[in-house]
Amino acid sequence: MSSATLAGLVGAALVGLGLYGVIADPQPLRKILAFNLIGSGVFLVFGIVARKGAAAGLSADPVPQAMVITGIVVAFAASALAVALTLRLFEETGRATLRPDAGTKPPGDGAVAE
Amino acid sequence: MSVLQALDVGLALLVFAVAAWTVFAPGPFAATVGYVVYGLLLSLVWIRLFAVDVALTEAAIGSGVTGVLLIGAAARLRGAETTPAEEALTGLTRLFAAGLCLLVAAALAAVVLLLPDQGPTLAPQSMERLPETGLGNPVTAVLIAFRSFDTMLEKVVLVLGVVGVWSLAADRYWGGAPGEARAERPEPTLAFFAQMLAPIGILVGVHVFWVGADEPGGAFQGGAILAAMWMIVMMARLTEAPQASAFWLRLALIAGPAVFLAAGVAGAVVAGGFFAYPPGLAKPLILFIETFMTFTIAVTLPMLVAGPPRREPRR
Repeated sequence: MSSATLAGLVGAALVGLGLYGVIADPQPLRKILAFNLIGSGVFLVFGIVARKGAAAGLSADPVPQAMVITGIVVAFAASALAVALTLRLFEETGRATLRPDAGTKPPGDGAVAE
Repeated sequence: MSVLQALDVGLALLVFAVAAWTVFAPGPFAATVGYVVYGLLLSLVWIRLFAVDVALTEAAIGSGVTGVLLIGAAARLRGAETTPAEEALTGLTRLFAAGLCLLVAAALAAVVLLLPDQGPTLAPQSMERLPETGLGNPVTAVLIAFRSFDTMLEKVVLVLGVVGVWSLAADRYWGGAPGEARAERPEPTLAFFAQMLAPIGILVGVHVFWVGADEPGGAFQGGAILAAMWMIVMMARLTEAPQASAFWLRLALIAGPAVFLAAGVAGAVVAGGFFAYPPGLAKPLILFIETFMTFTIAVTLPMLVAGPPRREPRR
């Protein structure tokens, strides 16, 4: 088995692991982590498409590579927004849970004492 | 089995094990630290796929900057770590979830195994037109020339990310500064570390950006390294994050996409196509755009990590 196929299989396994984390773990931060695992698994599967497109003296097709680079940056921006939402939720309610009926603190402006 | 193959299998097992740790680790903090290790291992996998540009991006942004973001969040979420019993899934649901995930992973694995040995590729076209851009690195050429609209829009996504994060500020902190204030007496070890590392890191960041035209590297990777240096200096509390209302900061955040878009529109007038570069001027123009993009990335990433404003604005 070539190293590219092996990396692709790792990518497939990562998507499965991440999906399980997103479904099974109720904590938002853990869900964000698991979601990033899915993302990097997808990038890896795309990476072997690049590797299999090696031609014209290149060892990998540059177009999927460029798209993965763009994807990594966009995934970071999405993670940053998700983390900010989680922290704000924690400041508002004192709990970081996605359950809509979770207990809430008396409403304030959400500011934490520094 | 050759040494390289054995290394590949070992690396694959290691990546899988660390990924499993981030999903099943007992606490969020342990899981997050696992994720940073995972990102670094993953960049080794990318090197084995001969995608050095992606490996650099994964190490700098996927592992490094995302790691800082997640570890900071895990530290602030202490106290909300334990899962209340009523939120935990029952054994049966977990079993169903595991079955579903196995199915998805198996389907993807089958696709990977069934891929043709020589897939469709745009590599010949990229190499054929590469001399017209004056660049030597085909990945940079794809990013800034052949698929430049994608890259410009991705910068816009980063700006939207900052807008989204800032919108989460509490009312009285609106327009204020995120993060910690500058310390009267910074912690000596951290301050020493930041003072030693930042000048070298800035040099490395600018170098990675500059060589990106011909070698692996470029605006994303260089910008991420520069961003890390600013973050280290802010973490050591030698300096503080600027106020969200600062005019220069807002200008810096949009400089990259604005210059890129302006060049694209100018191309429509001068070179006969939206985002076309005039022949002969392509390389200087690309480097000009990349300079602003690197600067914008170096400013945007720390602002995304710093989160919404948490201090009252100074008037």
